[in-house]
Amino acid sequence: MTEKVRIAQLSCGPEYSGVQKEIYDAAAMVDAEVFFPDIALADVQQGFSEFGLDVRSPDLKLAIARAKALVEGRIDADAVFIATCFRCAEAAIVRNELRRYIHENSTLPVVSYSFTERTTSGTLLTRMEALTTIARRRALLAREEQEGITLGIDSGSSTTKAVIMKDNEIVGTGWLPTTEVLKSAEGVVDLALQEAGIRFEDIEAIGTTGYGRYLIGKKFNAQLIQEELTVNSKGAVYLADRQHGSATVIDIGGMDNKAITVQDGIPGTFTMGGICAGASGRFLEMTAKRLGVDITELGPLAMKGMGDTVPMNSYCIVFGTQSLVNALAEGSAREDVAAAACHSVAEQVFEQQLQEVDIKEPVIMVGGTSLIQGLVRAMGELLQTEIVVPPYSQYIGSVGSALLASGFIRGE
Amino acid sequence: MVKVFIYPATSLILSDMVARFGHEPLGSAIGIRERIQTPGIESPPLQITPEEPKKGLKWAAVEVPSGVRGRMAVYGPLIEEAEAAIIIKDPDYAFGCMGCARTNELIQFHLRHKGIPLLDLDYPTSDEEGVGFVAAVKEFLTGLKTEGSA
Repeated sequence: MTEKVRIAQLSCGPEYSGVQKEIYDAAAMVDAEVFFPDIALADVQQGFSEFGLDVRSPDLKLAIARAKALVEGRIDADAVFIATCFRCAEAAIVRNELRRYIHENSTLPVVSYSFTERTTSGTLLTRMEALTTIARRRALLAREEQEGITLGIDSGSSTTKAVIMKDNEIVGTGWLPTTEVLKSAEGVVDLALQEAGIRFEDIEAIGTTGYGRYLIGKKFNAQLIQEELTVNSKGAVYLADRQHGSATVIDIGGMDNKAITVQDGIPGTFTMGGICAGASGRFLEMTAKRLGVDITELGPLAMKGMGDTVPMNSYCIVFGTQSLVNALAEGSAREDVAAAACHSVAEQVFEQQLQEVDIKEPVIMVGGTSLIQGLVRAMGELLQTEIVVPPYSQYIGSVGSALLASGFIRGE
Repeated sequence: MVKVFIYPATSLILSDMVARFGHEPLGSAIGIRERIQTPGIESPPLQITPEEPKKGLKWAAVEVPSGVRGRMAVYGPLIEEAEAAIIIKDPDYAFGCMGCARTNELIQFHLRHKGIPLLDLDYPTSDEEGVGFVAAVKEFLTGLKTEGSA
């Protein structure tokens, strides 16, 4: 029985929004405990004054004072969760500056989130789990090589992937669209076993990740069941051979997106989300369908087009679809529309998420959408940097799971 | 007896003064403690649910952050009940404090817009000002008593 991970909460408004209970519930699900740094009233004023950000709300001043107490070591915590109201400009500024301050001045894993009254513990769960994973499994996350024969299964919202690794090499892979979670998982495992020429009994350790990680983890008696933020970033830096120094991982998924900064193979700050499916791979799938091409052909098509000739906004998939239909109706070339769609998705990720993490080069794009060259090009243009797309980039969750699972072979 | 909204709503001193002069203070019933161990400076003692921000739509639009609407669900009804108000500007935290500046602005606006007897005071920064502060509050509350008796 491991001790509870203690998460310090810096916040403004969750109790009045009715979401404090959801925060507690999400933390409890991952065996963590949320606490509020005990601070004297007099220190609130002093802490806020020293920090130098002259905000008006007393609760934001309290959050600033608490952040200083954590960084200066006066209060002990394992992780930090910063939460303020969605659409409050003052709070957004404070949240961003505190995240940066804590990340740059301590080793505490930190995540920030802007809530509404509709925020649920389910929404917060993966973020909470990532915080606790980083706090609990830092040694495991530092692993750089895979050993023995291990299996990693990534049960994603759109696709299910499996990878078999043997002595630091990928020897088998499997991919299927996600339908029934268990059935899809069994299918990809069979595919990977066939490709590897290995029997299931020979597998020494199993790791699972993704939305269905608990269900399939139980089914396969997995040694490691871990959320996709830490697993995917681990798989990414491993495949890109960037396990030393800093890096940024961008995973534009079928339903949501993740942006994670990594330092020496261990995740630092991350964001997860996307306001609407318009900023995810779902929009590109819809675009490909409308253009009458397979999703695998959308990338090459986009590379031939000029995205800036077609205005497109996938802020919401409905608006994005309207832009798409309008462009085609006005006679725009398919290539230009494809390029515009890629640019639009990249732009939404850039605007909505990458402002919440500080980009560190190299930037590694992973996930199925990293195979769409048009999207990779658009992201590179926005970030003004060369994007790294490692081999097996669509399998980073499975690779990360297989890599980390080998840590359990010798009872690590 | 007059129902007097006190701002900041967490001021036990103001609450006591209002009660001492025979009126009913409308406030949050939350005292500011020397050490803060709750999510915010004046976190509510009761569990607030996500329904509260919806009730707050009566005072603030849907675009307004949920924390503001949730707070208005608590303070809005008190403002509606208020027959008079005392507003202290920039008080020391120990005197009374409300955690959200945006909500504070809205509360003061609604109080001023109501057309009820209202006392605006600066928080005293010296003993002399403190004496004047108490005298002003006393005079205001005594005047209310007269009105209330009418």
